[in-house]
Amino acid sequence: MRKVAVMIRTNRAKAFGLIIGVFVIAALIWSSIVLGLTKVSAQMVYDAIYHFDGSNEHIIIQDTRIPRAFIAAAVGASLAVAGAIMQGLTHNPLASPGILGINAGASFFVVFGISFLGLSSLTAFTWLAFLGAAVASVVVYVFGSMGSEGLTPIKITLAGAAIAAMFSSMTQGMLTLDERALDQVLFWLAGSIQGRDLEILLSVLPYLVVGWFISLMFGKQMNVLAMGEDLAKGLGQKTLLVKITGAVIIVLLAGGSVAIAGPIGFVGIIIPHFARWLVGIDYRWVIPYSALLGAILLLTADIGARYILMPAEVPVGVMTAIVGAPFFVYIARRGINE
Amino acid sequence: MKNYRSLRMGKASFLIDKKSLFILVLLTALTFALIVLSLGIGQMTINPFDVIKAIFGAGTDMHNLVVQSFRMPRILLAVFAGAGLAMSGAILQGIIRNPLASPDIIGITAGASFTTVAFLALYSDRSNTLSVSIHWLPLASFLGAVGMGFLVYVLSQKYGQVAPIRLVLIGIGLSAAAQALTTMMMILGPIFTASRANIWITGSVNGTNWTEVLTIIPWIFLLTAILFFYARRLNIQELGDELTVNAGSLVQRDRLVLLFLSSALAGGAVAFAGGIGFVGLMAPHMARKLVGSAFGALLPVSALLGGLIVLLADLIARTAFAPLEIPAGVFTSAIGAPYFIYLLYRTRNR
Repeated sequence: MRKVAVMIRTNRAKAFGLIIGVFVIAALIWSSIVLGLTKVSAQMVYDAIYHFDGSNEHIIIQDTRIPRAFIAAAVGASLAVAGAIMQGLTHNPLASPGILGINAGASFFVVFGISFLGLSSLTAFTWLAFLGAAVASVVVYVFGSMGSEGLTPIKITLAGAAIAAMFSSMTQGMLTLDERALDQVLFWLAGSIQGRDLEILLSVLPYLVVGWFISLMFGKQMNVLAMGEDLAKGLGQKTLLVKITGAVIIVLLAGGSVAIAGPIGFVGIIIPHFARWLVGIDYRWVIPYSALLGAILLLTADIGARYILMPAEVPVGVMTAIVGAPFFVYIARRGINE
Repeated sequence: MKNYRSLRMGKASFLIDKKSLFILVLLTALTFALIVLSLGIGQMTINPFDVIKAIFGAGTDMHNLVVQSFRMPRILLAVFAGAGLAMSGAILQGIIRNPLASPDIIGITAGASFTTVAFLALYSDRSNTLSVSIHWLPLASFLGAVGMGFLVYVLSQKYGQVAPIRLVLIGIGLSAAAQALTTMMMILGPIFTASRANIWITGSVNGTNWTEVLTIIPWIFLLTAILFFYARRLNIQELGDELTVNAGSLVQRDRLVLLFLSSALAGGAVAFAGGIGFVGLMAPHMARKLVGSAFGALLPVSALLGGLIVLLADLIARTAFAPLEIPAGVFTSAIGAPYFIYLLYRTRNR
């Protein structure tokens, strides 16, 4: 592990940082509700919640702005935590739900459900996304760890990229046959949180909460595993169990995020690095910091997405890709084994 | 050296062993046979003898029309696009020294897709008509492929060296970014553009005309000719950086030229046939199994196999679910994915 300058050293400061993070998120959620094409005042937000009168502004606040703000926070946190755990499990600084094909797998299953099975219920989408995420992560993990030297960072990255390419090609193939489905899912496929209602968040939220909860308990196990598999086994850790738990967290968080917002890339790569830079390599801190920073990133990106092509919107997945690609290049240049 | 026959043309020379020569002849014959067969299959079935007559314009008027005007361009495009992608993949696998490298994985195809869809989105008006000639489209794809190739190359440089692993990783990252931008272009354009762009991204040779075929053929031939002068250097590249420096080859410069050739070949193919996936990965592997890894024989055999794969995929694409047309790229991916898995499994002890 390369020595990095850790910004926040003492546990007290780290805990204080978490509290500040929560306040920043609250402020961003507020901004996300207030900012946009339709101007909204604090009074209107209060009225929309407590004295709903059916006016356009109130509908926008209730049906669009509020769900969108919370979805951004939940999805950002989930993707970032999934990324942190993937990077730890695979010893790969580039691992994330996007690069390793988890998002593409989940998307493929959802589009398959819409296009071939004629499914349209939220519950169905959710389960299809979980199934797709699970299939993709198992396939990528198994193929990435084949061979005498086991799982290597480069092998799992290649396996992930190829599986992602395969899933997205098949997704596109299905869409060419079904123009109506194309219209329906195109925006979702770019990764977007615009126009999602609270219902879809609420249907997935229980799974996300379970994922967050397990991952917060999981830091100590991740620390032990990060020392290397042999050492972890020597210390008495049931490494297989830890890996399976990790996989379950990834499937819940990445699959749930795709069900809500489509495949949003790069959040899972960037944030864990930033979190490690802030608080060091202790996963008991990295995971909660990743959650907060992920929410902050996606809230900010989503607010920005409204202003670039106003009145049209840029899908937030494009925003994260624009921010994320240079960072990805930076990490790749720094070296995957360092 | 009895088993080898050496070919020399000025600076270019190869060793082709007799077995490889036999395989080359066999594959060429197979390609011609499949072309004839494929020309005869479709809504109107024509038997192979009538197809051959029609190729030379000696069949009935109806047969001449169907074979020469409708099916021939599409089939030739499939063959040449497949060949281009396959050679592109063979070069990449040589310089990256990783059996899993291909133009799709390092982002060349994604770069081409992005510029093509951007072209369609920017130059279409509300009524879905293009405001500039469609003939500029291939140029856009080509620029995207080569531009991406160079971008990946430049960003992979560190202390004047391009390490293969960095090249792959950066390709993967930029590829993901290019895909995000492509989707954005599809959303911003009218839905007509989106569905058309979508077919194109997946890779299809449907609706090809002679102009396109006559543009791609010289392109592929020209690049192939240049490539043959570089085949020996590609052999050297496979040895790895330390050995290549000792062998006196200008490794980095050669790598750049080879990367340009690879991007240009893939860009040409993608421009006309779209991003037909996994061909650049599969064909060189099959070729390596047949004729070993010396590039003198590997390149032509890869090209023929690539042509055969896309030809076959297109045949299935237009007949299996007729009258529905499925992009050929879906089938190459469907074959390519298990093949990739098999490769990962096979290379597990390397």
